[in-house]
Amino acid sequence: MTQLALVIEINVCVGCQACVTNCKERNTSGAAGPMVDQNPYGKDPTGTFFNRVQTFEVGEFPHTETVHFPKSCLHCEDPPCVPVCPTGASYKRKEDGIVLVDYDKCIGCKYCSWACPYGVREFDEAQKIMKKCTLCVDRIYDTQMTEEERRPACVRACPTSARLFGDIHDPESAVSHAIREAGGYQLMPEWGTNPANHYLPRRKTRMRIREDELERADNPLKIDAQLPKPEQSSPSLDDVTSW
Amino acid sequence: MHPAFSVIFLTTLIGVGQGLFLALFTAQSYALFDLLPQQDGHGFYAAGSALALVFLCGGLFASFFHLGRPERAWRSATQWRTSWLSREVIVLPAFMGTVALYGLAHGLDWKPVLATLPGGIAVDATVVLGTLGTLLAFALFLCTGMIYACLRFLREWHTPLTVINYVLLGGASGFTLATAFAAVAAPELTRFFGGWALIILLLGGVGRVASLLRNRRLRPLSALQSAIGIKHPHIVQTTQGFMGGSFNTREFFHRRGRLFLRSIRWLFLVGAFLLPALLLAAGFGGAEAGLPIAAFVVQYFGLLAERWFFFAQAHHPQNLYYQSVA
Repeated sequence: MTQLALVIEINVCVGCQACVTNCKERNTSGAAGPMVDQNPYGKDPTGTFFNRVQTFEVGEFPHTETVHFPKSCLHCEDPPCVPVCPTGASYKRKEDGIVLVDYDKCIGCKYCSWACPYGVREFDEAQKIMKKCTLCVDRIYDTQMTEEERRPACVRACPTSARLFGDIHDPESAVSHAIREAGGYQLMPEWGTNPANHYLPRRKTRMRIREDELERADNPLKIDAQLPKPEQSSPSLDDVTSW
Repeated sequence: MHPAFSVIFLTTLIGVGQGLFLALFTAQSYALFDLLPQQDGHGFYAAGSALALVFLCGGLFASFFHLGRPERAWRSATQWRTSWLSREVIVLPAFMGTVALYGLAHGLDWKPVLATLPGGIAVDATVVLGTLGTLLAFALFLCTGMIYACLRFLREWHTPLTVINYVLLGGASGFTLATAFAAVAAPELTRFFGGWALIILLLGGVGRVASLLRNRRLRPLSALQSAIGIKHPHIVQTTQGFMGGSFNTREFFHRRGRLFLRSIRWLFLVGAFLLPALLLAAGFGGAEAGLPIAAFVVQYFGLLAERWFFFAQAHHPQNLYYQSVA
């Protein structure tokens, strides 16, 4: 069975908010109706978003790291928000595992948002219904688009390719490889919701450079020693410098 | 959580209605076995049922203010297989209908004997309707309580005490109202209702204090470490990703200080339990209606505070993600 999901690489996210704005733009102009903002230019602007990028500081000064953390619906394999819905508006699609809200059935009781530990459902104050990430379900099956275009808006917007999209139940998909090989993990595993979206952990990227990697040991010019050895700081062209 | 007044009024008002109906039928059951004097159906049971219906209708009316799209409310009866909210939506009108029929049967003297118990006790239509109504009243308490108790993330609610307290607090307020009603309509029953009201109020107080003590010892299961999956003892949020508010910052935070919360707790402990108990005890067995009515009014306002606190005290794990505006 297919379970579409996002795999987000924490290590690569630079917190540019491109996925947030592209998600909002793409989904506010979609067939499902606008995601209206209140006071967009006023004192307390607010509105519905499917996707947020948050920033955390890990560690204590001076040993701190800034971690950008994109957060949207995790499309849990055992979604606690679905069984509590009194109208059946909240449902999980059998064919691809996307958790969706039927905007025409939702009565806006907000009970599903209480039942979600991740806080990824947002109530639309204009349409008075609950909304959430759809994994751009209207886009990913649009056969008018090229294969490349048939991906969620946030994935397409990411300038660092921090977001992968695919079927995590297919063991050979790129996302499954990433989860398996890069230590993909789920959020709040203690609640047993089994989120489909995974995160790839932050990593320390360090370069170790040895002395002999800086200086060419087999440089013929060096053997001949005919040229004066310039300072290391002086401008150089490859194969012309003496060291 | 942010306490919504629609839900506070819904749960307290239907609790009164359910409790009052249970009180009425308890009195009728006692009278059936000649443990209490028989009451005139028109004056007492019919008027009492009407009073219960007023509270139930008030609760139902309040519930619509909680919905974004009340015109679609009928859809909420469809998912009774999985959703306690859906079950409540079915049981509440069923209970209201049964209370209405019960009151009508008494008011119109429609009491065909359907069965006779050994000992010559006649079971008429009102007894059958009353029994059905009693079952539905308890089913409604169960549904209302389970709406909150079934949410495992809200650990303050995820306990059998939630359901027990909904039964006891609704029952206590209903029996207190029955005492006040009896003081007006059937003075010989005030001792009976007043006694039960005091007993249920005492049990409710024990149950509520038990839940307060339990919640005091709760430690959150989730922390930022599991919320973002980074194993480091020291993590702080520098920004939640937006500067204005959002649904997540409005719905799940009560935005009151610790002192306010603590004062509401004392307010409801005094207002919903201590004062009404004293007023009921002071007016116990007396014929005047003033004290039981005062007891009910004080208790109702106390229960509003109790329900406010019930919501405000619950900590939602999503709040971990919304700590810092920057």
